[in-house]
Amino acid sequence: MTETLKICDLHVSVEGKPILKGVNLTLNRGEVHALMGPNGSGKSTLGLALMGHPRYEVTSGSVELNGEDLLEMEVHERARAGLFMAFQRPMSIPGVKMADFLRHASTNVRNPDRKEGEDLIPMREFRKELKSKMDQLKMDTQFARRYVNEGFSGGEMKRAEILQLAMLRPKFAILDETDSGLDADAVRLASTSIAEIGGAEMGILIITHHERLLEHNRPDYTHVMLGGRIVETGGAELAAELHKEGYGRIRHEHPEAAAENESMEEETTASS
Amino acid sequence: MATDTKAEHEDLGFEDINKYDFRNEEKYIFKSRKGLDADIVSEISAMKKEPEWMRDFRLRSLDIFNSKPMPNWGGNINIDFQDIYYYIKPSDRQGHSWDDVPAEIKDTFDKLGIPEAEKKYLAGVKAQYESEVVYGSLQEDLEKQGVIFTDTDSAVREYPDLVQEYFAKVIPPEDNKFAALNSAVWSGGSFIYVPPGVKIEFPLQAYFRINAESMGQFERTLIIVDEGAQVHYVEGCTAPKYTTESLHSAVVEIMVKKGGRCRYTTIQNWANNIYNLVTKRAVAYRDATMEWVDGNLGSQLTMKYPAVYMMEPGARGEILSIAFANKGQHQDAGAKVVHAAPDTSSLIVSKSISRGGGRSSYRGLVKVEDGAKNSKSSVVCDALILDPISRSDTYPYIEVEEDEVTIGHEASVSRINEEQLFYLMSRGLSEPEASTMIVNGFVEPLVKELPMEYAVEMNRLIQLQMEGSVG
Repeated sequence: MTETLKICDLHVSVEGKPILKGVNLTLNRGEVHALMGPNGSGKSTLGLALMGHPRYEVTSGSVELNGEDLLEMEVHERARAGLFMAFQRPMSIPGVKMADFLRHASTNVRNPDRKEGEDLIPMREFRKELKSKMDQLKMDTQFARRYVNEGFSGGEMKRAEILQLAMLRPKFAILDETDSGLDADAVRLASTSIAEIGGAEMGILIITHHERLLEHNRPDYTHVMLGGRIVETGGAELAAELHKEGYGRIRHEHPEAAAENESMEEETTASS
Repeated sequence: MATDTKAEHEDLGFEDINKYDFRNEEKYIFKSRKGLDADIVSEISAMKKEPEWMRDFRLRSLDIFNSKPMPNWGGNINIDFQDIYYYIKPSDRQGHSWDDVPAEIKDTFDKLGIPEAEKKYLAGVKAQYESEVVYGSLQEDLEKQGVIFTDTDSAVREYPDLVQEYFAKVIPPEDNKFAALNSAVWSGGSFIYVPPGVKIEFPLQAYFRINAESMGQFERTLIIVDEGAQVHYVEGCTAPKYTTESLHSAVVEIMVKKGGRCRYTTIQNWANNIYNLVTKRAVAYRDATMEWVDGNLGSQLTMKYPAVYMMEPGARGEILSIAFANKGQHQDAGAKVVHAAPDTSSLIVSKSISRGGGRSSYRGLVKVEDGAKNSKSSVVCDALILDPISRSDTYPYIEVEEDEVTIGHEASVSRINEEQLFYLMSRGLSEPEASTMIVNGFVEPLVKELPMEYAVEMNRLIQLQMEGSVG
C-alpha cells in the first residue's frame, strides 16, 4: 500500500488571523512535490502547521499520515510517526552538542515507543553512522561537537538540517527554503545531498523560490500557493516557468487570491 | 547529555536517586545526647583527646555562637539547636583499607560508588560518616613527597604546629554565627598540606555522609597549598531523607601561597530537609590561583558563598557555581571576591535553575580595596526559571574604593523558549526530554569544568531533578 500524507481543506490561523484558507494536497511516499509562491502566500505556514508549531492553530480541515490523524498528535509524536521539517531559521540550543542532540533525536524517531531515560543507540554504532553520513555530506566531523546551530552561518544551518534529514530518514519531509541564503555551489551541493541521502524514498515537499534545488530532485508535481490556497498544480515545467517568469501570470489569472496575498504580505512585513 | 553516558553511570554505581535515600541501622560507638552546651562541647573535645588549646577554642566559640544573632538575610532558618545530635562516633578507628571499615558503613560507600571511583581516578580518598572520618587513603608516592591528606582530628594530634599556625586564621569563629557553631562542635573534615612545588595530578576526594536522623554534621576542612604547589580537591555530600531536619554546617579554609593553585570542586546533593549553611573562604597570595566550582542540589535551605581574598599582586580567584532549586527548596548561593592588592583578577559565573516553586538567589560581593589598582573583576549570573511558580533573585553587591579598576557585571533571567522546545520536539524528543536537554545545555559551560565522572553525575542529577522523582 502506498504511504500517504493527505491534507484536506486545511485552514490555519496565527494569532486569530487566517493564513491558510483551504489547502488540499496529497503527497505519496516516493514523490517529490515543489511548493512555490510569492512571499506571504502561506508556504511556511503549511509546513509549521503540519509539524504542530504551537502558534499555528488549525481551525478546520484534516491531515492524515498513513490513515492516522496527524493533527491529534503532539509534535514529537509527529516526528516519530515519520514527519520531518527542515526549517528556514532553525533555533540554536546553547550548550547542547550536535552529536548528543542527533543521538537523542535518532533514537526517538527509530523507537517511537521509547520513554524518556531509556537506552539510546549505542555510542559506537551511532558515532560510526554519524561519521559516514557526515562524510557523505562532505561535512567536517568537528561539526558534531559544536552546539546546535549556535554561531552557525546561514549555510551551516542548512547543512545541519540536511544532516538531520539524513540521520532521521523520515517518511515525509518538508524542506522550507533549504536553498535560501546559499550561493550557487552550496545550493547544488544541497540538491545533490538530498538526492543522495535517499530523498527518492521519501515523500518530499520542497518549498522554494528557485529551480536549482530541484535540479537533482525533479518534482513530480509543482503547486503554486497564493493567498493561502493552492491555485495551480502542474509538473516540473511549471517550476521552470515560475523560476524564469515569476508569478505575473498566476496573479493575473487568480486576481482574488492575489489581492488576499497582497494584504497578507503587508501584514507579514508590518509584523516582522 | 545525561543519558548518553548511562554505561559509565552503571560503572560508578550511579543508578538512581534512591541510591542516596537509604539508611543504615544506627550502630554507634558513641552518640552524644541531644542539645548544645559547654558540657557537650567539652565532651566532644575529651572524646577526641584534644590538647587544651583546642578545647578552649571550642568553648570560646560556643560563647561567640550564643552571643551572635541569627542572620537576618538569606533564607528562613528555623532550627531548634537543642534538638540536634552534635556528635556521633560511628566507629572506633579509621580504616586504611576498605576491609577495615565496619561492614554496614562500607556498604554505604559501596552504594555511593566511592571505592570504585578511588580505583579509577583518585589520588586519595577520605570518607566521613556522621562525625568521623572512617576511611582514608593516599597514593604512596604523594606521601613520599610530603603531601599530607588526613582528617582534621588526626591532624590536630599529628601535625600540631601546622594546625595551630593555620587553623581558624582564614575564618575565625567571630566571622558569623554558623562559623562559630562549627568552631565549637567541629568534627572530621579534611586536612591537606601540599609542599612547595608538588603538583598533584589526580583529584583528592572526600565524601561526607549523614546517616542518622536529627544529626548535625560539622566538618572542618583546612587546605594549605604551599609555594608553586597544585591540588584539586573534590567533595561530595549526601544524606537520606528523614521527617525531621538535619543540619550541615561546614567550615572550609584554604590558603594558596605564592604561585600555587587550588581547585575545590563540590557537588552537594542533600535530602530536602537539610539545612546546608556553609562558610568557605580562601586566601590567595602572589600569582596564586584559587578556583571554587560549586554545585548545589537538594537541601531545604543552602546558604553558601565561597570567597577568595586576593592578598598580593597577581592573585586570581574564580568562583563557578550551579544551583538547582526544586520544590520546597531555597538555594541562596553566590560568591565573594576581595581584591586587596593591585593586579588581581576575579571571575564569578553563576547559573541557577528554579523549578516547581523552588527559589534560587544569587548573592555576591565584589570588593576592591583602596590601592588595589588595575584589578579586574567579571561577574556573570544567569538564571533559568522553568515555570511560573518558581522564583529567582539577584543580590549583587559591589564595593569599590579604587578608581583604576575594570568591573563587569552581567545578569540574565530566562525561561525555556517555546521555539527551542518546538525545534527539539520536532526531532522526536518528548517535552520533558527537550526541557532537560535545554537545562543541561544551560549549565554546560560550567559542567565542562568538572572532571568527566562528576560531569556525568551532575547531568544525571539534573535529569533526576527534571523528572520530578525528587521532592
